[in-house]
Amino acid sequence: MSVIQVQRKPLSLAERTYIPQILSGMKTTMKHIVAKPVTVNYPEERPEIPPGYRGVPTLVRDPHGREKCVSCQLCEFVCPPKAIRITPGEIPADSPNAHVEKGPREFEINMLRCIYCGLCQEVCPEEAIWLQNVYSSSGYTRAEMVNNKQKLYELGGTLPDTHLKWDKKKAAAEKH
Amino acid sequence: MIDFYFSLPDIVRYIIQGIAVICFLFPVGAACSMAERKVAAWAQDRPGPNRARPWLLARIPIIGPILGYFGIFNLMADGGKLLFREDITPGHVNKFYFVMAPIVAMTPALSTIVFVPFGAYLDSAGQILPVMLANVDIGILGVFALASLSVYSLILAGWASNSKYPFLGAIRASAQLISYELSMTLAVVPVLLWINAPGTTGSLSLVRVVEFQSQPGFWGGMWFVFIMPVSAFIFLITIFAETNRQPFDMPESEADLVGGYHTEYGSYKWSLFFVAEYCQMIVGSGIFILLFLGGWNPLPWIPLADLVNWLHDLLHWQWLMHPIFVGLLSIGIFVTKVLIFIFIFMWVRWTLPRFRYDQVMRIGWQRLLPLSIANLVVYIIAIALLQK
Repeated sequence: MSVIQVQRKPLSLAERTYIPQILSGMKTTMKHIVAKPVTVNYPEERPEIPPGYRGVPTLVRDPHGREKCVSCQLCEFVCPPKAIRITPGEIPADSPNAHVEKGPREFEINMLRCIYCGLCQEVCPEEAIWLQNVYSSSGYTRAEMVNNKQKLYELGGTLPDTHLKWDKKKAAAEKH
Repeated sequence: MIDFYFSLPDIVRYIIQGIAVICFLFPVGAACSMAERKVAAWAQDRPGPNRARPWLLARIPIIGPILGYFGIFNLMADGGKLLFREDITPGHVNKFYFVMAPIVAMTPALSTIVFVPFGAYLDSAGQILPVMLANVDIGILGVFALASLSVYSLILAGWASNSKYPFLGAIRASAQLISYELSMTLAVVPVLLWINAPGTTGSLSLVRVVEFQSQPGFWGGMWFVFIMPVSAFIFLITIFAETNRQPFDMPESEADLVGGYHTEYGSYKWSLFFVAEYCQMIVGSGIFILLFLGGWNPLPWIPLADLVNWLHDLLHWQWLMHPIFVGLLSIGIFVTKVLIFIFIFMWVRWTLPRFRYDQVMRIGWQRLLPLSIANLVVYIIAIALLQK
Protein backbone atom coordinates (compact mmCIF):
# COMPACT_ATOMS: atom_id res chain seq x y z
CA MET A 1 0.00 0.00 0.00
CA SER A 2 1.69 3.15 -1.16
CA VAL A 3 -0.68 5.64 0.41
CA ILE A 4 -0.78 5.66 4.18
CA GLN A 5 -3.84 7.30 5.63
CA VAL A 6 -2.77 9.30 8.68
CA GLN A 7 -5.33 9.65 11.39
CA ARG A 8 -5.60 13.32 12.33
CA LYS A 9 -5.92 13.47 16.06
CA PRO A 10 -8.42 16.03 17.30
CA LEU A 11 -6.77 18.86 19.24
CA SER A 12 -6.74 18.42 22.98
CA LEU A 13 -8.31 21.03 25.24
CA ALA A 14 -4.91 22.49 26.14
CA GLU A 15 -4.03 22.79 22.47
CA ARG A 16 -7.30 24.48 21.67
CA THR A 17 -6.66 27.19 24.24
CA TYR A 18 -3.34 27.93 22.45
CA ILE A 19 -1.77 28.59 25.84
CA PRO A 20 0.92 25.86 26.02
CA GLN A 21 1.95 26.69 22.47
CA ILE A 22 2.10 30.40 23.21
CA LEU A 23 4.18 29.80 26.33
CA SER A 24 6.65 27.54 24.54
CA GLY A 25 6.86 30.11 21.75
CA MET A 26 7.62 32.82 24.28
CA LYS A 27 10.31 30.60 25.78
CA THR A 28 11.94 30.35 22.37
CA THR A 29 11.77 34.11 21.89
CA MET A 30 13.34 34.68 25.31
CA LYS A 31 16.19 32.35 24.39
CA HIS A 32 16.88 34.53 21.39
CA ILE A 33 16.54 37.77 23.36
CA VAL A 34 19.27 36.73 25.77
CA ALA A 35 21.43 35.14 23.07
CA LYS A 36 24.33 37.02 21.49
CA PRO A 37 23.50 38.72 18.18
CA VAL A 38 24.56 36.73 15.13
CA THR A 39 25.18 39.90 13.11
CA VAL A 40 28.27 42.12 13.30
CA ASN A 41 28.54 45.91 13.47
CA TYR A 42 29.86 45.97 9.95
CA PRO A 43 32.41 48.68 9.28
CA GLU A 44 33.99 48.35 12.73
CA GLU A 45 33.71 44.58 13.00
CA ARG A 46 34.48 42.50 9.94
CA PRO A 47 33.02 39.06 9.31
CA GLU A 48 35.43 36.14 9.34
CA ILE A 49 35.98 35.02 5.75
CA PRO A 50 35.95 31.23 5.39
CA PRO A 51 38.72 29.54 3.37
CA GLY A 52 37.77 29.00 -0.25
CA TYR A 53 35.74 32.21 -0.33
CA ARG A 54 35.27 33.61 -3.83
CA GLY A 55 35.92 37.31 -3.44
CA VAL A 56 37.37 39.85 -5.86
CA PRO A 57 39.68 38.20 -8.47
CA THR A 58 43.32 39.21 -7.93
CA LEU A 59 46.73 38.53 -9.49
CA VAL A 60 49.43 36.99 -7.34
CA ARG A 61 53.22 36.76 -7.33
CA ASP A 62 55.26 33.70 -6.49
CA PRO A 63 57.48 33.61 -3.36
CA HIS A 64 60.41 35.06 -5.33
CA GLY A 65 58.35 38.06 -6.37
CA ARG A 66 57.92 37.00 -10.00
CA GLU A 67 54.55 37.81 -11.45
CA LYS A 68 52.99 34.48 -12.25
CA CYS A 69 50.73 35.53 -15.10
CA VAL A 70 52.18 34.68 -18.53
CA SER A 71 49.32 36.42 -20.39
CA CYS A 72 48.07 33.28 -22.08
CA GLN A 73 44.63 34.95 -22.10
CA LEU A 74 42.77 31.76 -21.16
CA CYS A 75 40.93 33.63 -18.42
CA GLU A 76 40.00 36.37 -20.86
CA PHE A 77 38.48 33.76 -23.16
CA VAL A 78 36.69 31.79 -20.46
CA CYS A 79 35.30 34.81 -18.61
CA PRO A 80 31.49 34.56 -19.09
CA PRO A 81 30.71 38.28 -18.70
CA LYS A 82 33.88 39.34 -20.55
CA ALA A 83 35.15 41.29 -17.60
CA ILE A 84 38.87 40.59 -18.22
CA ARG A 85 40.93 42.48 -20.79
CA ILE A 86 44.61 41.52 -21.15
CA THR A 87 47.22 43.31 -23.22
CA PRO A 88 50.03 40.75 -23.66
CA GLY A 89 53.62 41.85 -23.59
CA GLU A 90 57.12 40.40 -23.74
CA ILE A 91 59.48 40.16 -20.81
CA PRO A 92 62.68 42.09 -21.68
CA ALA A 93 65.78 39.98 -22.32
CA ASP A 94 67.78 41.52 -19.47
CA SER A 95 65.22 40.45 -16.88
CA PRO A 96 66.08 37.40 -14.67
CA ASN A 97 62.74 35.95 -15.76
CA ALA A 98 63.46 36.37 -19.47
CA HIS A 99 63.00 32.62 -20.02
CA VAL A 100 59.28 32.99 -19.15
CA GLU A 101 59.08 35.09 -22.34
CA LYS A 102 55.62 36.55 -21.87
CA GLY A 103 53.87 38.60 -19.21
CA PRO A 104 50.92 40.92 -19.20
CA ARG A 105 51.62 44.52 -20.21
CA GLU A 106 48.23 45.51 -18.89
CA PHE A 107 45.64 43.42 -17.10
CA GLU A 108 42.21 44.89 -16.41
CA ILE A 109 39.27 43.30 -14.60
CA ASN A 110 36.07 45.28 -14.79
CA MET A 111 34.41 44.74 -11.42
CA LEU A 112 31.14 46.12 -12.76
CA ARG A 113 30.99 43.09 -15.09
CA CYS A 114 32.62 40.41 -12.93
CA ILE A 115 30.20 37.80 -11.61
CA TYR A 116 32.65 36.17 -9.17
CA CYS A 117 32.18 32.77 -10.84
CA GLY A 118 35.80 31.75 -10.33
CA LEU A 119 36.22 30.28 -13.83
CA CYS A 120 39.36 32.41 -14.38
CA GLN A 121 40.96 30.89 -11.31
CA GLU A 122 39.93 27.41 -12.39
CA VAL A 123 41.24 27.76 -15.93
CA CYS A 124 44.57 29.45 -15.13
CA PRO A 125 47.47 27.06 -15.94
CA GLU A 126 49.90 29.22 -13.92
CA GLU A 127 47.71 29.60 -10.79
CA ALA A 128 48.22 33.32 -11.23
CA ILE A 129 44.67 34.58 -10.75
CA TRP A 130 42.94 33.94 -7.45
CA LEU A 131 39.57 34.88 -6.02
CA GLN A 132 40.60 35.78 -2.49
CA ASN A 133 38.90 37.24 0.57
CA VAL A 134 38.37 40.82 -0.63
CA TYR A 135 34.57 41.19 -0.65
CA SER A 136 34.00 44.91 -0.75
CA SER A 137 34.89 47.09 -3.71
CA SER A 138 33.47 50.51 -4.29
CA GLY A 139 34.12 53.62 -6.33
CA TYR A 140 32.57 56.86 -7.42
CA THR A 141 33.07 56.38 -11.17
CA ARG A 142 32.92 53.50 -13.60
CA ALA A 143 36.63 53.95 -14.32
CA GLU A 144 37.44 53.43 -10.63
CA MET A 145 35.70 50.08 -10.71
CA VAL A 146 38.09 48.72 -13.32
CA ASN A 147 41.00 47.11 -11.50
CA ASN A 148 44.24 47.58 -13.42
CA LYS A 149 47.35 45.46 -13.15
CA GLN A 150 48.92 47.43 -10.34
CA LYS A 151 45.73 47.31 -8.28
CA LEU A 152 45.31 43.59 -8.96
CA TYR A 153 48.79 42.82 -7.65
CA GLU A 154 48.22 45.05 -4.66
CA LEU A 155 45.08 43.11 -3.81
CA GLY A 156 46.61 39.73 -4.60
CA GLY A 157 49.98 39.87 -2.88
CA THR A 158 52.08 36.73 -2.73
CA LEU A 159 50.78 33.21 -2.34
CA PRO A 160 52.92 30.23 -1.29
CA ASP A 161 54.04 28.04 -4.18
CA THR A 162 55.82 24.69 -3.95
CA HIS A 163 56.13 23.90 -7.66
CA LEU A 164 58.30 26.89 -8.72
CA LYS A 165 57.85 25.52 -12.23
CA TRP A 166 59.77 28.27 -14.05
CA ASP A 167 62.82 27.98 -11.75
CA LYS A 168 62.96 24.25 -12.43
CA LYS A 169 62.69 24.87 -16.17
CA LYS A 170 65.50 27.37 -16.02
CA ALA A 171 67.69 24.94 -14.05
CA ALA A 172 66.92 22.13 -16.50
CA ALA A 173 67.74 24.37 -19.50
CA GLU A 174 71.09 25.40 -17.92
CA LYS A 175 72.06 21.75 -17.24
CA HIS A 176 71.81 20.77 -20.93
CA MET B 1 9.39 75.22 48.12
CA ILE B 2 6.74 72.67 49.13
CA ASP B 3 4.87 75.27 51.18
CA PHE B 4 4.91 77.62 48.19
CA TYR B 5 3.52 74.85 46.00
CA PHE B 6 0.64 74.18 48.38
CA SER B 7 -0.08 77.92 48.68
CA LEU B 8 -0.88 78.04 44.94
CA PRO B 9 -4.53 78.03 43.93
CA ASP B 10 -5.93 74.55 43.30
CA ILE B 11 -6.44 75.06 39.59
CA VAL B 12 -2.79 76.04 39.04
CA ARG B 13 -1.63 73.02 41.03
CA TYR B 14 -3.83 70.67 39.02
CA ILE B 15 -2.51 72.12 35.75
CA ILE B 16 1.09 71.71 36.92
CA GLN B 17 0.42 68.13 38.00
CA GLY B 18 -1.36 67.31 34.78
CA ILE B 19 1.43 68.75 32.64
CA ALA B 20 4.03 66.90 34.72
CA VAL B 21 2.25 63.59 34.15
CA ILE B 22 1.84 64.24 30.42
CA CYS B 23 5.50 65.25 30.21
CA PHE B 24 6.30 61.80 31.57
CA LEU B 25 3.70 59.78 29.70
CA PHE B 26 4.21 61.23 26.20
CA PRO B 27 8.00 60.78 25.98
CA VAL B 28 7.78 57.34 27.55
CA GLY B 29 5.11 56.43 25.02
CA ALA B 30 7.41 57.66 22.28
CA ALA B 31 10.38 55.86 23.79
CA CYS B 32 8.37 52.65 23.69
CA SER B 33 8.66 52.75 19.90
CA MET B 34 12.42 52.52 20.25
CA ALA B 35 12.07 49.82 22.92
CA GLU B 36 9.89 47.95 20.46
CA ARG B 37 12.57 48.11 17.79
CA LYS B 38 15.27 47.06 20.24
CA VAL B 39 13.26 44.11 21.57
CA ALA B 40 12.44 43.13 18.00
CA ALA B 41 16.13 43.23 17.16
CA TRP B 42 17.14 41.17 20.20
CA ALA B 43 14.43 38.61 19.50
CA GLN B 44 15.81 38.32 15.98
CA ASP B 45 19.44 37.99 17.16
CA ARG B 46 20.63 41.40 15.96
CA PRO B 47 21.84 44.43 17.93
CA GLY B 48 19.14 46.80 16.68
CA PRO B 49 19.37 50.54 16.03
CA ASN B 50 22.58 51.79 17.66
CA ARG B 51 24.34 53.79 14.96
CA ALA B 52 23.09 57.33 15.50
CA ARG B 53 25.91 59.02 17.43
CA PRO B 54 25.82 62.80 17.16
CA TRP B 55 29.47 63.69 17.59
CA LEU B 56 29.19 66.07 20.55
CA LEU B 57 26.65 64.07 22.59
CA ALA B 58 28.28 60.73 21.93
CA ARG B 59 31.57 62.10 23.30
CA ILE B 60 30.11 62.35 26.82
CA PRO B 61 31.95 59.59 28.69
CA ILE B 62 29.95 56.47 29.67
CA ILE B 63 26.51 58.09 29.12
CA GLY B 64 27.07 58.87 25.45
CA PRO B 65 27.91 55.33 24.30
CA ILE B 66 25.13 53.87 26.47
CA LEU B 67 22.56 56.24 24.94
CA GLY B 68 23.91 55.37 21.53
CA TYR B 69 23.76 51.65 22.23
CA PHE B 70 20.11 51.84 23.27
CA GLY B 71 19.23 53.91 20.22
CA ILE B 72 18.17 57.05 22.11
CA PHE B 73 19.72 59.27 19.43
CA ASN B 74 17.86 57.29 16.76
CA LEU B 75 14.70 57.99 18.72
CA MET B 76 15.41 61.73 18.83
CA ALA B 77 16.18 61.77 15.14
CA ASP B 78 12.94 59.90 14.48
CA GLY B 79 10.95 62.38 16.54
CA GLY B 80 12.55 65.33 14.79
CA LYS B 81 11.94 63.77 11.43
CA LEU B 82 8.25 63.16 12.16
CA LEU B 83 7.84 66.66 13.57
CA PHE B 84 9.37 68.55 10.66
CA ARG B 85 8.28 66.40 7.78
CA GLU B 86 5.82 67.78 5.27
CA ASP B 87 2.32 67.16 6.63
CA ILE B 88 0.36 65.84 3.69
CA THR B 89 -3.43 65.90 3.74
CA PRO B 90 -4.67 63.94 0.73
CA GLY B 91 -7.14 65.74 -1.50
CA HIS B 92 -9.88 63.15 -1.21
CA VAL B 93 -10.30 63.17 2.56
CA ASN B 94 -12.84 64.85 4.78
CA LYS B 95 -10.46 67.45 6.19
CA PHE B 96 -12.23 68.27 9.46
CA TYR B 97 -12.55 64.68 10.65
CA PHE B 98 -9.19 63.76 9.16
CA VAL B 99 -7.47 66.31 11.38
CA MET B 100 -9.71 65.52 14.34
CA ALA B 101 -9.02 61.76 14.39
CA PRO B 102 -5.44 61.87 15.74
CA ILE B 103 -6.50 64.42 18.35
CA VAL B 104 -9.37 62.16 19.41
CA ALA B 105 -6.86 59.30 19.57
CA MET B 106 -4.45 61.19 21.77
CA THR B 107 -6.96 62.74 24.18
CA PRO B 108 -8.38 59.59 25.82
CA ALA B 109 -4.96 57.96 25.74
CA LEU B 110 -3.51 60.78 27.83
CA SER B 111 -6.55 61.51 29.99
CA THR B 112 -7.21 58.00 31.32
CA ILE B 113 -4.08 58.45 33.43
CA VAL B 114 -6.14 60.88 35.56
CA PHE B 115 -7.82 57.94 37.31
CA VAL B 116 -4.67 55.90 37.74
CA PRO B 117 -2.92 56.15 41.10
CA PHE B 118 0.75 55.68 40.32
CA GLY B 119 2.23 55.91 43.77
CA ALA B 120 1.55 56.48 47.42
CA TYR B 121 3.09 58.19 50.44
CA LEU B 122 2.67 57.95 54.19
CA ASP B 123 1.35 60.96 56.03
CA SER B 124 2.41 61.82 59.58
CA ALA B 125 -0.20 59.43 60.98
CA GLY B 126 1.23 56.52 58.97
CA GLN B 127 -1.78 56.53 56.68
CA ILE B 128 -1.23 55.57 53.04
CA LEU B 129 -2.31 58.31 50.64
CA PRO B 130 -2.29 57.83 46.87
CA VAL B 131 -0.32 59.95 44.40
CA MET B 132 -2.71 60.57 41.53
CA LEU B 133 -4.33 63.35 39.56
CA ALA B 134 -7.95 62.87 40.59
CA ASN B 135 -8.79 60.65 43.54
CA VAL B 136 -12.44 60.17 42.63
CA ASP B 137 -14.78 57.35 43.47
CA ILE B 138 -15.64 56.40 39.88
CA GLY B 139 -12.05 55.19 39.30
CA ILE B 140 -12.12 52.21 37.01
CA LEU B 141 -15.46 53.24 35.51
CA GLY B 142 -13.92 56.52 34.41
CA VAL B 143 -11.01 54.66 32.84
CA PHE B 144 -13.37 52.42 30.89
CA ALA B 145 -15.55 55.35 29.84
CA LEU B 146 -12.60 57.36 28.52
CA ALA B 147 -10.73 54.42 27.04
CA SER B 148 -13.74 53.32 25.03
CA LEU B 149 -13.74 56.76 23.38
CA SER B 150 -10.55 55.80 21.59
CA VAL B 151 -12.55 53.65 19.19
CA TYR B 152 -14.03 56.86 17.77
CA SER B 153 -10.61 57.99 16.63
CA LEU B 154 -10.17 54.79 14.62
CA ILE B 155 -13.62 55.07 13.08
CA LEU B 156 -13.14 58.76 12.31
CA ALA B 157 -9.73 58.16 10.80
CA GLY B 158 -10.96 55.31 8.65
CA TRP B 159 -14.09 57.08 7.53
CA ALA B 160 -12.51 60.49 6.94
CA SER B 161 -9.72 58.94 4.87
CA ASN B 162 -12.34 58.17 2.23
CA SER B 163 -10.45 55.17 0.94
CA LYS B 164 -11.03 51.42 1.08
CA TYR B 165 -8.28 49.99 3.26
CA PRO B 166 -8.52 52.56 6.05
CA PHE B 167 -12.27 52.06 6.03
CA LEU B 168 -11.94 48.28 6.36
CA GLY B 169 -9.36 48.78 9.10
CA ALA B 170 -11.69 51.08 10.99
CA ILE B 171 -14.58 48.62 10.69
CA ARG B 172 -12.41 45.82 12.01
CA ALA B 173 -11.09 48.00 14.81
CA SER B 174 -14.52 49.07 15.99
CA ALA B 175 -15.90 45.50 15.88
CA GLN B 176 -12.88 44.20 17.77
CA LEU B 177 -12.82 46.91 20.42
CA ILE B 178 -16.53 46.61 21.13
CA SER B 179 -16.36 42.79 21.32
CA TYR B 180 -13.50 42.73 23.77
CA GLU B 181 -14.72 45.59 25.94
CA LEU B 182 -17.55 43.36 27.18
CA SER B 183 -15.26 40.64 28.45
CA MET B 184 -12.90 43.23 29.86
CA THR B 185 -15.57 44.85 31.99
CA LEU B 186 -17.00 41.52 33.13
CA ALA B 187 -13.55 40.30 34.12
CA VAL B 188 -13.04 43.24 36.45
CA VAL B 189 -16.41 42.98 38.20
CA PRO B 190 -15.35 40.16 40.62
CA VAL B 191 -12.48 42.32 41.89
CA LEU B 192 -14.83 45.20 42.59
CA LEU B 193 -17.40 42.92 44.21
CA TRP B 194 -14.68 41.53 46.44
CA ILE B 195 -13.46 44.92 47.66
CA ASN B 196 -16.97 46.32 48.18
CA ALA B 197 -18.09 44.11 51.04
CA PRO B 198 -21.65 44.65 52.20
CA GLY B 199 -21.97 47.29 54.87
CA THR B 200 -19.07 49.41 53.61
CA THR B 201 -19.39 52.47 51.42
CA GLY B 202 -19.13 51.42 47.80
CA SER B 203 -16.26 52.66 45.68
CA LEU B 204 -14.83 51.87 42.25
CA SER B 205 -11.58 53.63 43.06
CA LEU B 206 -8.37 51.87 42.08
CA VAL B 207 -6.78 53.11 45.29
CA ARG B 208 -9.21 50.95 47.23
CA VAL B 209 -8.21 47.93 45.15
CA VAL B 210 -4.56 48.43 46.01
CA GLU B 211 -5.36 49.03 49.68
CA PHE B 212 -7.12 45.67 49.68
CA GLN B 213 -3.97 44.01 48.38
CA SER B 214 -1.77 45.59 51.05
CA GLN B 215 -3.53 44.29 54.15
CA PRO B 216 -1.69 42.20 56.72
CA GLY B 217 -2.08 38.44 56.83
CA PHE B 218 -1.99 35.65 54.30
CA TRP B 219 -5.26 36.50 52.54
CA GLY B 220 -4.91 40.26 52.94
CA GLY B 221 -1.50 40.56 51.37
CA MET B 222 -2.32 38.29 48.49
CA TRP B 223 -2.45 39.95 45.11
CA PHE B 224 -5.66 39.49 43.19
CA VAL B 225 -3.86 37.64 40.42
CA PHE B 226 -3.64 34.68 42.83
CA ILE B 227 -7.21 34.99 44.05
CA MET B 228 -8.74 35.56 40.61
CA PRO B 229 -6.39 34.10 37.99
CA VAL B 230 -9.13 33.70 35.40
CA SER B 231 -10.16 37.33 35.71
CA ALA B 232 -6.54 38.40 35.36
CA PHE B 233 -6.10 36.17 32.34
CA ILE B 234 -9.19 37.51 30.57
CA PHE B 235 -8.26 41.09 31.42
CA LEU B 236 -4.75 40.54 30.06
CA ILE B 237 -6.06 39.19 26.75
CA THR B 238 -8.55 42.01 26.41
CA ILE B 239 -5.83 44.62 27.04
CA PHE B 240 -3.95 43.14 24.11
CA ALA B 241 -7.09 43.35 22.00
CA GLU B 242 -8.07 46.83 23.16
CA THR B 243 -4.65 48.31 22.45
CA ASN B 244 -4.57 46.61 19.04
CA ARG B 245 -1.42 44.74 19.87
CA GLN B 246 -0.30 41.54 18.25
CA PRO B 247 -1.80 38.96 18.04
CA PHE B 248 -4.89 41.17 17.81
CA ASP B 249 -3.63 43.92 15.54
CA MET B 250 -6.41 43.47 13.01
CA PRO B 251 -6.94 47.20 12.45
CA GLU B 252 -3.50 47.71 10.97
CA SER B 253 -2.67 44.29 9.56
CA GLU B 254 -0.21 45.60 7.03
CA ALA B 255 -0.29 42.43 4.95
CA ASP B 256 -3.92 42.72 3.90
CA LEU B 257 -4.84 46.32 4.76
CA VAL B 258 -1.67 48.27 3.85
CA GLY B 259 -1.63 50.25 7.11
CA GLY B 260 -5.19 49.91 8.32
CA TYR B 261 -7.00 52.99 9.53
CA HIS B 262 -3.91 55.22 9.35
CA THR B 263 -2.91 54.36 5.79
CA GLU B 264 -3.57 57.90 4.60
CA TYR B 265 -1.77 59.55 7.50
CA GLY B 266 1.80 60.73 7.54
CA SER B 267 4.32 62.67 9.58
CA TYR B 268 3.13 64.10 12.88
CA LYS B 269 -0.51 63.00 12.63
CA TRP B 270 0.58 59.43 12.10
CA SER B 271 3.00 59.62 15.01
CA LEU B 272 0.15 60.80 17.24
CA PHE B 273 -1.72 57.56 16.50
CA PHE B 274 1.44 55.67 17.20
CA VAL B 275 2.17 57.36 20.52
CA ALA B 276 -1.51 57.10 21.51
CA GLU B 277 -1.30 53.33 21.09
CA TYR B 278 1.72 53.15 23.37
CA CYS B 279 0.14 55.49 25.92
CA GLN B 280 -2.89 53.21 25.97
CA MET B 281 -0.57 50.28 26.54
CA ILE B 282 1.08 52.07 29.44
CA VAL B 283 -2.22 53.00 31.07
CA GLY B 284 -3.69 49.55 30.34
CA SER B 285 -0.79 47.75 31.95
CA GLY B 286 -0.89 50.25 34.81
CA ILE B 287 -4.51 49.30 35.46
CA PHE B 288 -3.69 45.61 35.23
CA ILE B 289 -0.97 46.10 37.81
CA LEU B 290 -3.27 48.05 40.12
CA LEU B 291 -6.04 45.50 39.85
CA PHE B 292 -4.13 42.24 39.93
CA LEU B 293 -0.46 42.84 40.75
CA GLY B 294 -0.64 44.91 43.90
CA GLY B 295 -0.05 48.38 42.46
CA TRP B 296 2.86 50.09 44.20
CA ASN B 297 3.52 47.24 46.65
CA PRO B 298 6.91 45.75 45.92
CA LEU B 299 6.09 42.04 46.42
CA PRO B 300 3.07 39.99 47.41
CA TRP B 301 2.65 40.00 51.21
CA ILE B 302 5.11 42.89 51.47
CA PRO B 303 3.17 46.18 51.35
CA LEU B 304 4.88 49.48 50.73
CA ALA B 305 4.43 50.68 54.33
CA ASP B 306 6.19 47.59 55.70
CA LEU B 307 9.07 48.04 53.27
CA VAL B 308 9.57 51.67 54.30
CA ASN B 309 9.35 50.80 58.01
CA TRP B 310 11.89 48.00 57.63
CA LEU B 311 14.26 50.28 55.77
CA HIS B 312 13.84 52.89 58.48
CA ASP B 313 14.44 50.37 61.28
CA LEU B 314 17.47 49.03 59.46
CA LEU B 315 19.18 52.30 58.53
CA HIS B 316 17.62 54.88 60.91
CA TRP B 317 17.83 57.59 58.24
CA GLN B 318 15.24 60.23 58.95
CA TRP B 319 14.54 61.05 55.30
CA LEU B 320 13.45 57.48 54.61
CA MET B 321 10.07 58.32 56.16
CA HIS B 322 9.78 61.61 54.30
CA PRO B 323 6.66 61.70 52.08
CA ILE B 324 8.70 62.73 49.02
CA PHE B 325 11.06 59.75 49.35
CA VAL B 326 8.21 57.32 49.92
CA GLY B 327 6.31 58.83 47.02
CA LEU B 328 9.26 58.52 44.68
CA LEU B 329 9.95 54.98 45.87
CA SER B 330 6.37 53.91 45.25
CA ILE B 331 6.26 55.60 41.86
CA GLY B 332 9.54 53.88 41.01
CA ILE B 333 8.11 50.48 41.97
CA PHE B 334 4.95 51.12 39.97
CA VAL B 335 6.79 52.38 36.88
CA THR B 336 9.17 49.42 37.01
CA LYS B 337 6.21 47.05 37.01
CA VAL B 338 4.65 48.95 34.10
CA LEU B 339 7.87 48.79 32.10
CA ILE B 340 8.17 45.04 32.73
CA PHE B 341 4.61 44.74 31.48
CA ILE B 342 5.39 46.78 28.35
CA PHE B 343 8.27 44.38 27.75
CA ILE B 344 5.83 41.48 27.99
CA PHE B 345 3.64 43.18 25.39
CA MET B 346 6.62 43.35 23.05
CA TRP B 347 7.79 39.87 23.93
CA VAL B 348 4.38 38.52 22.91
CA ARG B 349 4.36 40.64 19.77
CA TRP B 350 7.62 39.20 18.48
CA THR B 351 6.50 35.65 19.33
CA LEU B 352 2.99 35.29 18.01
CA PRO B 353 1.60 35.61 14.51
CA ARG B 354 -1.59 37.58 13.97
CA PHE B 355 -4.94 35.86 14.44
CA ARG B 356 -7.26 35.67 11.49
CA TYR B 357 -10.20 38.02 11.71
CA ASP B 358 -12.78 35.26 12.20
CA GLN B 359 -10.54 33.78 14.91
CA VAL B 360 -10.46 37.12 16.70
CA MET B 361 -14.24 37.30 16.64
CA ARG B 362 -14.63 33.68 17.70
CA ILE B 363 -12.23 34.09 20.61
CA GLY B 364 -13.98 37.27 21.69
CA TRP B 365 -17.59 36.14 21.52
CA GLN B 366 -17.52 32.35 21.83
CA ARG B 367 -14.64 31.85 24.24
CA LEU B 368 -13.83 34.92 26.33
CA LEU B 369 -17.35 36.21 26.85
CA PRO B 370 -18.82 32.90 28.16
CA LEU B 371 -15.67 32.37 30.20
CA SER B 372 -15.91 35.80 31.78
CA ILE B 373 -19.62 35.34 32.52
CA ALA B 374 -18.97 31.93 34.10
CA ASN B 375 -16.09 33.42 36.06
CA LEU B 376 -18.34 36.22 37.27
CA VAL B 377 -21.09 33.82 38.36
CA VAL B 378 -18.63 31.61 40.25
CA TYR B 379 -17.14 34.58 42.06
CA ILE B 380 -20.54 36.09 42.82
CA ILE B 381 -21.53 32.85 44.58
CA ALA B 382 -18.17 32.52 46.31
CA ILE B 383 -18.14 36.13 47.48
CA ALA B 384 -21.76 35.88 48.65
CA LEU B 385 -20.86 32.84 50.76
CA LEU B 386 -17.61 34.33 52.11
CA GLN B 387 -18.83 37.80 52.96
CA LYS B 388 -22.25 36.76 54.30
